[in-house]
Amino acid sequence: MVALVLVGHSPELLRGLRAMLAQAAPGVPVGVAGGTDVGALGTSAPRILHAVRSALADAPDGAIVLLDLGSAALALEMALDDLAPAERARVRVSRGALVEGAVRAAVEAAGGASLGGVLAASETPPGRDKLPDDWPADGAAPPTVPGAPAGRLER
Amino acid sequence: MSGALVAAWLHLAASRIAAERMHLTDLDAAIGDGDHGINLDRGFAALAVRLGAGDGPTEGAGPLLAFAGRTISGTVGGASGALYGRALQRAAAAVEVGPDTAGTTVARIAAALRAAVDGIAALGRSRPGEKTMLDALVPAVAALEAAAVAGARLSDALARMADAADAGALATTPLVATKGRASYLGERSIGHLDPGAASSALLLRALADVASGA
Repeated sequence: MVALVLVGHSPELLRGLRAMLAQAAPGVPVGVAGGTDVGALGTSAPRILHAVRSALADAPDGAIVLLDLGSAALALEMALDDLAPAERARVRVSRGALVEGAVRAAVEAAGGASLGGVLAASETPPGRDKLPDDWPADGAAPPTVPGAPAGRLER
Repeated sequence: MSGALVAAWLHLAASRIAAERMHLTDLDAAIGDGDHGINLDRGFAALAVRLGAGDGPTEGAGPLLAFAGRTISGTVGGASGALYGRALQRAAAAVEVGPDTAGTTVARIAAALRAAVDGIAALGRSRPGEKTMLDALVPAVAALEAAAVAGARLSDALARMADAADAGALATTPLVATKGRASYLGERSIGHLDPGAASSALLLRALADVASGA
């Protein structure tokens, strides 16, 4: 089994995402390192290091790290520097989008995919199948269906 | 370099950053995301509290710098936390390398600062002229190395270092930022002092003032 490590600036954001992953792919170990050591928004190299080490201990096949923003990469690099070579060899860092990448990766990991397979799943471009094919490419709202009775969400 | 000097520096740095917190944040609000002073103050205040409570090592320049590096990298958040954390970590390693009797104190501090600055440049993939902390730090380490070669006394050498850092920080004002959040502004970053260069100069001035007893 491959584990995931979620790295980001907001503890709440990552807690919510972890809950989604637990539902989509129960049994996949998910570590989180969100916020600073004193609970503020930001990243913490020591927390990231701890989360990666814990994930590696839980997952013999290695761990995929996903970031919320590129600015988390500096703290991540510091943390990865502290790993032993044998630990570093079992870590892959994803360029994928955090939410969609993590969900795809977790589903793939639950299916028993390899480290490379989970990484590839996490890096699938998020835009590709997010919306139905017949929605406008320019981001406009989809056209209403002619003749269909108009329902009302609000009364 | 003695542990007492490092401890005194870290405490003075924490109080100077607390005093300059809004100034640094205002500089960052102009060209970044407006949290530099708040972030640094959070980290250095946590460091001062932990040192005061005896959570860190009580002596030894290397262990103190390493503890400071871990604390700063874990509490500041953002790029500046990682960069200053890495700097302190590298300074700690440089201090640990030689026996305490090797070279003058000025030369040993210069070697530690060189290691710290190289660590920031490598992690940040940056060099001077890009409107960053390096614009204060690189001239400062050069001035300190020159002072070491010239055989300057500790307080004089560190004063020259801090002067060079101040001048380097001021010289960031006309530069275009190409690194970090400020780079989103491009040419609109011209005319603003870089907050990272300002905080770097502040930290080095605190070191000079500790050494001169000011």
